[in-house]
Amino acid sequence: MDNRPILEIKNLKASINEKEILKNLNLKVYQGEIHAIMGPNGSGKSTFSKVLGGHPAYNVLGGEALFNGIDILELEPEERSHLGIFLAFQYPIEIPGVSNEDFLRLAYNARRAFNKEPELDPLEFLGIIQQKLEIVKMSPVFLSRNVNEGFSGGEKKRNEILQMVLLDSKLSILDETDSGLDIDALKIVSEGINTFMKDDKAIILITHYQRLLDYIKPDFVHVMQDGKIIKTGNADLAKELELKGYEWLK
Amino acid sequence: MPYESKETSNTVLSKLLNQSYKYGFATEIEKEIFEKGLNEDVVRAISRKRDEPEFLLEFRLKAYKKWQKMKCPEWHILKFSEIDYQDISYYSAPKVKDKLTSLNEVDPELLETFEKLGISLSEQKRLTNVAVDAVFDSVSVVTTFKEELAEQGIIFCSMAEAVKEYPDLIKKYLGSVVPIGDNYFSTLNSAVFTDGSFCYIPKNIKCPLDLSTYFRINDEKSGQFERTLVIADSNSSVCYLEGCTAPQYDTNQLHAAVVELVAFENASIKYSTVQNWYAGNQDGKGGIYNFVTKRGLCAGFNSKISWTQVETGSSLTWKYPSCLLVGDNSRGEFYSVALTNNYQQADTGTRMMHIGKETRSRIVSKGISAGKSKNTYRGYVHINNNALGARNYSQCDSLLIGNMTNATTFPVIRVDNSTTKVEHEASTSKIGEEQIFYFLQRGISIEKGIELMISGFCRDVVTELPLEFAAEATRLLSLKLEGTVG
Repeated sequence: MDNRPILEIKNLKASINEKEILKNLNLKVYQGEIHAIMGPNGSGKSTFSKVLGGHPAYNVLGGEALFNGIDILELEPEERSHLGIFLAFQYPIEIPGVSNEDFLRLAYNARRAFNKEPELDPLEFLGIIQQKLEIVKMSPVFLSRNVNEGFSGGEKKRNEILQMVLLDSKLSILDETDSGLDIDALKIVSEGINTFMKDDKAIILITHYQRLLDYIKPDFVHVMQDGKIIKTGNADLAKELELKGYEWLK
Repeated sequence: MPYESKETSNTVLSKLLNQSYKYGFATEIEKEIFEKGLNEDVVRAISRKRDEPEFLLEFRLKAYKKWQKMKCPEWHILKFSEIDYQDISYYSAPKVKDKLTSLNEVDPELLETFEKLGISLSEQKRLTNVAVDAVFDSVSVVTTFKEELAEQGIIFCSMAEAVKEYPDLIKKYLGSVVPIGDNYFSTLNSAVFTDGSFCYIPKNIKCPLDLSTYFRINDEKSGQFERTLVIADSNSSVCYLEGCTAPQYDTNQLHAAVVELVAFENASIKYSTVQNWYAGNQDGKGGIYNFVTKRGLCAGFNSKISWTQVETGSSLTWKYPSCLLVGDNSRGEFYSVALTNNYQQADTGTRMMHIGKETRSRIVSKGISAGKSKNTYRGYVHINNNALGARNYSQCDSLLIGNMTNATTFPVIRVDNSTTKVEHEASTSKIGEEQIFYFLQRGISIEKGIELMISGFCRDVVTELPLEFAAEATRLLSLKLEGTVG
């Protein structure tokens, strides 16, 4: 079996607007693992996710990010996506004039084209997407609405999970997927993630709260501060943080 | 090696964006061209050149005298250096034999030019469902399907021919919708117009083919002043298309056209334009100055005029296709997509004048602005005190791409009676880095993403275009925008 981590971050440094945010970040994630990254506001959690996705506003100053041994920092964002890296956004953006169905089909077909599989026509695609909708308990009505336009906070996040499931991503980075969710929506989203999670996948959960981890059991909990991971533990670490706050680690 | 994502993607983007204008070539052809300059003698010479009847010369001279006293309008928000009307040639025509009897006598160079533009005029290859009048600088080169249409009594020919063959119709309708002295540019056109298309659909005839005029500006020094007149008699209908391109020059060429439409009882005219004049380069140098007056008169009961325009070219666009809704129950429509990029400026919109009872109008305007361009919608809806039960619906949407561009809307509504219903909706949205990143993260390329957003934004307008032009229009819009975000 492959003993290589699915993701290995070595001394990653990155900045935005000339300001250094990530300072020597190191992390190893293996298939079948769920990692939670916690940390105070401004510690670099979201930056980390954007850098992995290849957002053009961020500059990598040094280090490596190996995905199955390939340094992805040199790849275009869409190439990273094709390899199976998925980013669930903290604030999923609205796309005016584009129906969710068209968007999802385009994304799905782009992946199929990359895998040299024939693209699906709208009817064939409908068969696929309808099954996936059930995983996040979304009504088919969402397909005809514009991408995230007029969606509630919970609907936007469910739409992200739907895309993750549809694209069957190998490594998913979920950036504060729990924020803005009520208890019911949190349950649905968590169940969707748990159903999706398999031995051949890996998930990084970025979160502020222990609450999400009651539903999704992480194998590791990392605390990030000032652009690097300062403490790593198991699920108990999150509970301890909830009690004592981040100040405790300083 | 540091990952210079921002820079790299910007270079790739700007390469994509500044794809060369594919119609930018010029045709070298033996031509007859007037010396630059404008005076009464030039107006007379144009008329003489075209062997025009006396009434038309008088029409021109009257217009010229009025124009001399007029001033270039200043209410628009376009910025451009003053046009030197003495530095323009008012007549440029490829040299041809006295009278063309068949296509074989048309200069092959000209046919090839239109071929390159995707407009095939030869018998074998021409579009089977569209009749084309091809205008090259100041003259019409050829009109296809003329005989076939004539069998049904439909007249479709160049303006020059119409003046000779149907002087009574021309005398009656020329200037009946856009009168001499209407505005600065239309008046200039009335004085010096050269060719254009004329179309007459007789009573009870549904025109079996789409009619189309293709305008090509070729000469660098000459202006293009064409005149189009479409008459739909009672119970008739016609679908008219207009396309335009021009070579790529560093200088600006003036285009001041006038289009007049008249629809009688129960008649319907659908007029579509895909305008792709040369827009100037990425620094704003060169391109067409497009000052066009388009107006339709719904003269009869239950008549209908519909304007659809996709404006992508020109360095300057000044254009307000309008409807005079005189007949009771008549309908006017305006569907527009105006796209500006780089330093392009567009001041465009419509005027709906409700005069008859139960008249209805619908305005759907979509402005897309990218680069450092300026995009303005200017609309005027006037409901007259006699237009009882009139209705108007207006929708103005702006889409901004990037942070350097400017979109403005000036919707003016004036209602003079209390039995009308007027609705106005407006929206502004933006395509930025975050949307693009969202597409990319899901594995969708920039090109596909932009195409999807643009076609979604323009759907309401593009669906109004004839089928064969709709796909081309979406493609054209996406092409013009490729790489504008990053």
